[in-house]
Amino acid sequence: MNVKVGIPSALLYFLYFPMWQTFFKELGGVQVITSGKTTKEILDDGVREATADACVPVKLFYGHVLALKDRVDYLFIPRVVCLNCKTVYCPKFLGLPDMIRHSLAGLPPIIDTRMDSRQGYISILKAYCEIGRYFNAGRKTVWKACWKARHVLKRFNNLMQKGLSLPEAMAGLHKPYQEESRATEPSLLFAVLGYPYAIYDSFISAGLLEKLRHLGVRVITTENFHPRLLARQKNCNLSKRLFWTLSDLALKAAHLVFKQGQVDGVIHLTAFGCGPDSVLNKFIELEAKNHRHIPFMTLTIDEHSGEAGITTRLEAFVDMVRRRKEAVHA
Amino acid sequence: MPKITFPRMGESYRAFKMLLNDMGNEVVVPSRPGKHTLNLGVKYAPEFACFPLKILLGTYLETAQAGADTIITTGGVGPCRAGLYAQLHHKILQDLGYEMKMIVFEPPRLHPLNFIHNIRALNKARLSIRSIIAHIKRAWRKVKALDNVEKLSHVIRPREITRRSTTRVYRQALNWIDEAYTINQIEEAEASALTALNKIPQDPTREVLKVGIVGEIYVLLEPASNLEIEETLGNLGVEVERSMFLTGWTRDNAWKETTEGITVKDAAAPYIPELLGGHGRDSIGNTVLYARRGFDGVIQLAPFTCIPEIVARTILPRVSREHNIPFLTFFLDEQTGKAGMTTRLEAFVDLLRRRKQIPQII
Repeated sequence: MNVKVGIPSALLYFLYFPMWQTFFKELGGVQVITSGKTTKEILDDGVREATADACVPVKLFYGHVLALKDRVDYLFIPRVVCLNCKTVYCPKFLGLPDMIRHSLAGLPPIIDTRMDSRQGYISILKAYCEIGRYFNAGRKTVWKACWKARHVLKRFNNLMQKGLSLPEAMAGLHKPYQEESRATEPSLLFAVLGYPYAIYDSFISAGLLEKLRHLGVRVITTENFHPRLLARQKNCNLSKRLFWTLSDLALKAAHLVFKQGQVDGVIHLTAFGCGPDSVLNKFIELEAKNHRHIPFMTLTIDEHSGEAGITTRLEAFVDMVRRRKEAVHA
Repeated sequence: MPKITFPRMGESYRAFKMLLNDMGNEVVVPSRPGKHTLNLGVKYAPEFACFPLKILLGTYLETAQAGADTIITTGGVGPCRAGLYAQLHHKILQDLGYEMKMIVFEPPRLHPLNFIHNIRALNKARLSIRSIIAHIKRAWRKVKALDNVEKLSHVIRPREITRRSTTRVYRQALNWIDEAYTINQIEEAEASALTALNKIPQDPTREVLKVGIVGEIYVLLEPASNLEIEETLGNLGVEVERSMFLTGWTRDNAWKETTEGITVKDAAAPYIPELLGGHGRDSIGNTVLYARRGFDGVIQLAPFTCIPEIVARTILPRVSREHNIPFLTFFLDEQTGKAGMTTRLEAFVDLLRRRKQIPQII
């Protein structure tokens, strides 16, 4: 028996794909298929099918599902509610399987297992057992697969905390880690805050990271920080933490980089119409006002983002930061 | 003495003003949100924040200029971002140089201590617990009276013979309820308001359509934010039933769920089994219920970029097909114009009317 499970390469794919891939591989006889990198067609398909008011990442998810749906036996779109017992994911993630199921036709069965760690310590394990049932995998096999998948996720996160970027970590997962020697040491260090599914999708971010590398800027993102360092930021001077996991992490990362003061600039990448970001962005902006020596820029992307526009803004920002740094040192 | 203000949501401010006055506070009543309010809000709020945040920010700034220094508002536990608006408003106001104290009411079921603490902070007249409860009961009765009168006005308006007669009587009735103080007076005012509305000359032969309104609570309850959609629809000969009133919503969320709340949840379960925050699931559930009750159509009202309503909007076409009920969505923001909205409503109502005349085609 060889069952094909499709994982759309969008949204949580960027954070959990290594884990899910290992999990399905360990179940035996399950082949994982992804929709690959975002292309123009995928984006166009997604924009056509999704509600006009949805944000670009969700539209992209539609496109990736459409690219996968005829090639697989199952679509893996888990309903990820909460994984750390504290914060939930964006409401669009909670309703993702429903949105896909009720607005696209001709889909294979969707694995939409609910993952909510607030319902007890082993609820996540139970969720994976439920997934295993689709493939007639026994409880023992599932537990073993979960164990291995957890290790892969840990290694993946470790690699990123050592300073690798997300695609590098994903590629170097099964190779021994070696310190990279850079030919020319970049002169600037930027923190790029935002959600991994926007930053690391080089099509929709218009190659933001590559462009920065070209301009001689080293980049750190939220994933490069140790979770404990971020947790130490507590509620970031608010009486209440942000409700959404990824936004909460981004705000904590923002406070951390501003406090440490090692970066030369901070960029917040946000998608047009992103709900949580409307709150997050204002909080980061107000915090940036307290640290006037670190320049801060918000970059908004949507499905119409022109490459040239983003390049111009980035160049201008980098030039400004560089000139400022030289002036301060002189 | 601190001057207290609070968000304005429809006519409910009349009851809150009474309650706060009874507890010995000075109240700055927020004026009806208008162009000036919106301009202020849009100027200082984040671009993609939803419409309610912008209106409220404008209202707070206006009341701050009028001398208010304490804001009472509600909190929330997510995942709807409205739960963070108190914090966001506070930071923005601080940034603009207004030092305002926020009193945030979290859901009492989850934060009972917060509730007691807030009530104590507001109890300037040092009332006993028993009289506080009596005052709250009285205010609650007033909100209920206001809701009941509004509900009836939605039924009468499409059947009135002289245009605007319902609105005129309704405005008068609001003042009667506003002036009532004891429970007896409130009940009396409510009864005479209902009689006055029922006495409006009506045309019994007129064919009246029934449309349900679903969506996000603030744009449903504040007529200034939805450009008086209920009045517009009433003038087009449509009886409107709104899925949400302050009393119903508070009952569902403050302590325990009512049977109505659970019915809505069950109706939505085949489409959205998960709580999305906000009112996304309620919108779906109420649409299903309206379809079952034989309504002619449903209108969804949502602020621009409201995430739960976007999820609901994505699923509504399927609900509409399966339950055979037309729907129309309005995403409201500061750009929405009344003329454009009226045109869309007229077209929608025309479609509904024709659909009713020749049902076999559709």
